[in-house]
Parts: sequence; C-alpha cells; structure tokens
Amino acid sequence: MSVLVFIETEDGKIKKSSREAISYGAALGDVTALALGTVNADELATAGQNGASKVLHVADERLNAGLIQPYAAAIAAAASEAGADVIVTAKSSLADAVVGRVSMKLGASLVSNVVSLPDTSNGFQVKRSIYTGKAFANVNMTTDKKVLAIKKNAVEIKEDGGAASVEAFSVSLDDSLFGTKITSTEKAEGDVLLPEADIVVSGGRGLKGPENWGIIEDLAKTLGAATGCSKPVSDMDWRPHHEHVGQTGVKVSPTLYVAVGISGAIQHLAGVNSSKYIVVINKDEEAPFFKAADYGIVGDAFEVLPKLNEALKAAQ
Amino acid sequence: MNILVCITHVPDTTSRIAFTNDNTEFDKNGVQFIIGPYDDYALARAVELKEQNGGKITVLNVGEADSDPTIRKALAIGADEAIRVNAFPSDSFFVANQIAAIAKEGGYDLILMGRESIDFNGGMVHGMVGELLGLPSFSPVMQLQVEGGNAKITREIEGGKEKLEVSLPFVAGCQEPIAEWKIPNMRGIMSARTKPLNVVEPSDNATHSAISAYELPPAKGAVKMIDADNVSELVDLLKNEAKVI
Repeated sequence: MSVLVFIETEDGKIKKSSREAISYGAALGDVTALALGTVNADELATAGQNGASKVLHVADERLNAGLIQPYAAAIAAAASEAGADVIVTAKSSLADAVVGRVSMKLGASLVSNVVSLPDTSNGFQVKRSIYTGKAFANVNMTTDKKVLAIKKNAVEIKEDGGAASVEAFSVSLDDSLFGTKITSTEKAEGDVLLPEADIVVSGGRGLKGPENWGIIEDLAKTLGAATGCSKPVSDMDWRPHHEHVGQTGVKVSPTLYVAVGISGAIQHLAGVNSSKYIVVINKDEEAPFFKAADYGIVGDAFEVLPKLNEALKAAQ
Repeated sequence: MNILVCITHVPDTTSRIAFTNDNTEFDKNGVQFIIGPYDDYALARAVELKEQNGGKITVLNVGEADSDPTIRKALAIGADEAIRVNAFPSDSFFVANQIAAIAKEGGYDLILMGRESIDFNGGMVHGMVGELLGLPSFSPVMQLQVEGGNAKITREIEGGKEKLEVSLPFVAGCQEPIAEWKIPNMRGIMSARTKPLNVVEPSDNATHSAISAYELPPAKGAVKMIDADNVSELVDLLKNEAKVI
C-alpha cells in the first residue's frame, strides 16, 4: 500500500501528532511524507525515524502560513505524485479545515478521529471515536482512495527508522487560491500546545480568579504539561479561548489530565474522556468529576497544589 | 444578505449514549434532540448579521422527519425559511453533496454551519462543501464581521488565533464566541409555525462509507482517593502504578 502523510511543523519542528501520523502510515505501507512551506531539510529527514522513506517538500514561501485552499491543492497533487492509496494526517485545527477539500479532489472516502489501524481482512475498516469520545464506530471505507485523520495520542510513535530522503516537490498553485489575506496571527510562545500535550493541567472556577493561575502554571511546568481551563473560566476571560477544554472547546486525549477546581460538568467531561488517566483535585467531595477520575484528592487547591508540586519535583 | 445555515439534529450534550439492534443503531430511547451547539452559534451569528444588514436566513437540515421540531426551533430563533433534505445523514460525503446541491440553487452570500456535529465530530463537511462549490472554506471561525462584499474572520489555530480578510461568498464552520446562543421568544415560536419548511428529496444517494457497528468504551474503574495531607502517595501512584510521569 502506498501512503502519503501530510506533516505539520511548529517552530520549525515536526509536530508530535504528525510523527504519530507517520508511524500510523508506516504500519500500512510505504510512506511518503509531505511538508509545505519553509522547513529545514535536516528536520524533515527525521521523519524517517518514524517510518517515512521519503519526504516531498514544497518549499513555496506562500505556504508558510496555513492557508486552506492552497494546502488542499498541494496535498492532492502530492497524493497523485506518490501514487498514494491512503492519505494520512493528524487531526488538527488546520487538517480539519483542509482534508474535506482533499477528499473531494481525490474522490476519496474520509474518516476523522481514527483510533485504530484498519482491518483489511474484508475491505477497509477503521475504528473512529464518536459522540465526543463517549463511543466508537467501525466504519467501512468503500472508495479506492482513502483519507484518514488520526486522533491525537491514539498511536504510539515509532522511532526505530533511519533518515528519509528529502526531495523538492514543485506544485503549481494558482494565484486565485491565495485570495484569503491573513492580517495577523496571535500565538502563545514557547508553551506546550494543548491539543498535542501528553499531560494537561486544567483549572476551573475553584481557582477564584485569573491572578491565581500561577499555581496551575507551576504544576504544569514541573510536569512539562500544557495548561487548560473549564468553559466558565474562558467565558469570563480569565484564560484565552484556545485553552478551553470541553464539548465546545478543545478535546484532549493526554496520558494524564489533572483537573483542579473543576466540578466536572458533563460538557467538560466530553472534552477529557479520552484521557488515559485523570486526577481530580476539588474541595467539594460531591464534585461529579470524582466519578470520572482515576485518582482524587478532596482538598483546597491553594494548599494541595504547592505541596504536590514540591513532591513531584522531589521525585524527579 | 442571503445566508444559508446548515444545522444538525443531535442528541443533547448530557445524553447517555447507547446502541440497539445488535449495536448497529443509536438508541434514541429517552434522548432529547437539539440543534447542534456549534450550529446554534452559526445560527445566532446569522440572526445578528441579518439584524445589521437585512436579508434572509434559510436553515438547512439533512435528516428524517424527526428533525422537524429541531428545524422549527431554528425558525423560532430567527431563520425565515427552512429546507429539509429528507434522508438519513449517512456520511459526511452524502451530507456535503446535499448541502452543495441546495447552495448552488440559492445564490447565498454566506454558508454557515457548526465547526463539527457533536454526534460524529468529524468537522469535515464545511471543507467538502467549499470544494464542491469552488468557494473558500474556513473553520473553526470564532468571529465574523461582514462589510459589504467583504468579511473579517478570526479563526482559531492551535495555541492561538489568526485574523483573515476574505470576500464573499464563502463557507464557514463556526464556534464560540462568534455569538451568544439565542433563546426563542414567544413571538418567534408562534411565527415559526407558519414559516415555510420545504421537504425535498436527496439530489444524489452516493456515499463513501458505511458503519458496520458501534462500540462503547470499557467502563471506568473506581476512583482511588488520596488524603490531601499525603500528596506523595499520588506522586507514587502516577509514577509506579499509572506510569505516566
């Protein structure tokens, strides 16, 4: 099977979720990866560690920003170039916006939130997460070409490969595809990206105000975690919207989710129920979140968190 | 300004999810259905844009007759007319084809929908519709201002947001805080009864996938409680039992 994996970079590095997508593709067949915009070739060659044999690189500066129509056109062109039967990408804010277009260009079936390798014993069947992590569906993809968007943290990263060959790939992209003007970009610098994070520390209304977020940030720093928050916290502008975890915010699937001062409304749980382990710290022993947790502490966040932070540092 | 708002008819966010018929069908028993929360944001913003600029809002649902109360609610919130494509929304490709077929006829300035449905969470239909219509598509859209034939959009990106300028028409998958959800008032509810709800048959029956079975995740084990004065026990459990740190 010939596989094309679309990879995204962040601060010049291949994103962890893209390495997951390459590893997924390598389990299916021969992987050609695709990178768009200015990226260092040495970094791209490391896609080989995860199982890519080749990286096509479209070093077109116009693609340094994630523009939806040109990206879709470039991915479809690379799929043809690589003769790909399957196109794989990590599910992400950008990929979500792009892959629907790619599937239409290729006449390919598209399934998102994929959590397992396909069963090809009778056709091509994948398992996907549905109902915001509350269930799964087994889906038969009935077209010759397939596009899969893989749920984050659902695939183990393969690291035993060698270096991939990096080849310049030129795509003719019509100016008409660049009608959208990006006028500004705001991005938190240097932080662990919430949707990519292995560990997430989230705070809720129990923190009482944005000025108290230091204890969340300190714990996150010790754990190498991203910070998140509940919907009321983002609604009150204590924290930016991109940190809002829940049904209408970011859905995370880390190995460890630490919830502090969050009661655990069902809409919040919908955003975290794919987490492998959940720790809940809340002073209300009746907080519904404890029912969804693996480990719980009933206590005041302002007392527990500094102690926990010290204990974690001591254990490192 | 002529706006098409595509809505899904989905189980309420608090629903217990279960399946019947040998795990091949969603169990609707006791489940309350609502307008998809993201679609509700799109509709609310459409109502605000109509208040500012005048025009007409058409809501579109691909669904069977049990969607009608949900569609009436959208009319009560402020849409002027509704179209229901009378078919089970079997996959995103099928739904996108229906939306594109309706959109081609309507000459809409804006095609809005939620960033994703909350049943399947695919978040793919806006892009598919954009491609089918040869129009730009954007998602997830957090802010949308229209000035004449142009729009300013704020799109969420991972770890931040970007601002875009684009000309109409286009397709947008919406999310908060694009607008506040609107609750229908009595006048809206009364007028919704007489607003047109046109039921049309699918333009095309092609699909790209089929679900063979549903599964529920394994039940979660009981929570282990740790004394607040003994946080080192939690560190030990995370390190040696869960092995996550």
